[in-house]
Amino acid sequence: MIVELNGRRTEVPEAATVETVVSGLDVDLGRRGVAVAVDAEVVPRSEWRRRRLRDGAHVEVLTAMQGG
Amino acid sequence: MAIDSTRPAAAVEDPLVIAGETFHNRLLLGTGGFTRLDALAEAIAASGTELVTVALRRVDPDSRGSVIDVVDGAGVRLLPNTAGCYTSRDAVVTARLAREAFQTDWVKLEVIGDDRTLLPDAPQLLEAAETLVAEGFVVLPYTNDDPILARRLQDLGCVAVMPLGSPIGSGMGIRNPYNLAIMRDRVDVPLILDAGVGTASDAALAMELGCDGVLCASAIARAEDPLAMARAVSVAVDAGRLARRAGRIPRRLHAEASTPDTGLADLGSVGDDRR
Repeated sequence: MIVELNGRRTEVPEAATVETVVSGLDVDLGRRGVAVAVDAEVVPRSEWRRRRLRDGAHVEVLTAMQGG
Repeated sequence: MAIDSTRPAAAVEDPLVIAGETFHNRLLLGTGGFTRLDALAEAIAASGTELVTVALRRVDPDSRGSVIDVVDGAGVRLLPNTAGCYTSRDAVVTARLAREAFQTDWVKLEVIGDDRTLLPDAPQLLEAAETLVAEGFVVLPYTNDDPILARRLQDLGCVAVMPLGSPIGSGMGIRNPYNLAIMRDRVDVPLILDAGVGTASDAALAMELGCDGVLCASAIARAEDPLAMARAVSVAVDAGRLARRAGRIPRRLHAEASTPDTGLADLGSVGDDRR
């Protein structure tokens, strides 16, 4: 299926979870400073492993950047 | 009076307290504009700041190093912002993401009206502040230099108010010092100048007008020598604070002699019309 991951249409397995796509971004899962929203709702880190994505989901994976 | 380069005299017995947290330095450093992380680390050290802002952006797998590592390494507190949000909804979701990412309830709330002025959108700002306060956030809103709006934000439960001196990154200093003075009179929570600082004297003026702190980003990051400017602004913040507490003399249209006339010699040439 296809999800929109950080603004890019991305092919992911049918059973993909939040953790699947975050891992695909080369993000160190242990580190502080990463947060995920699916369809504009925050998915807590504790739910990444079991939260399944639906086809067409908008997934934003964000981290700290210089700003303000 | 000598100024200790590590712990300015003003800070020792005059800390800034925001939402129960104590800061011994009244300069907040915005990390925007720093392209190199090592330059940011140096500026944090040179400024003496204890509170730095960061933004949330999409993960870039190609980026090396993280601003988080710099902040953690410096042992300073992190203040996530909602920079780039144009609606209350986006700002609220961004604040929730920041809480999840950084495990802090503190948020510097920014809701801007357009990308040309970067001025706050007052109705959206109030709506977002109300929602976030209700969700338990510690909200520090970036706001216009409007005393009534500042009062409304305080009444909603914001722990500080962060008015602009002039538009973000403009370096135009404080365009309406009278509004800041009125705001100081009308608002009890900490007042932190948030935008417009171009050089050290702007920061000193903000403090003399009664601000409790100054947030500075571009003026330091984009200076020819960011390290030197970080020191300059930090010292200016302390100087302004000391001057505010010292109590300035009133402005007068005419001179007031500092040397007494008593005992002045009569040498014969000064006529009555000069007195």
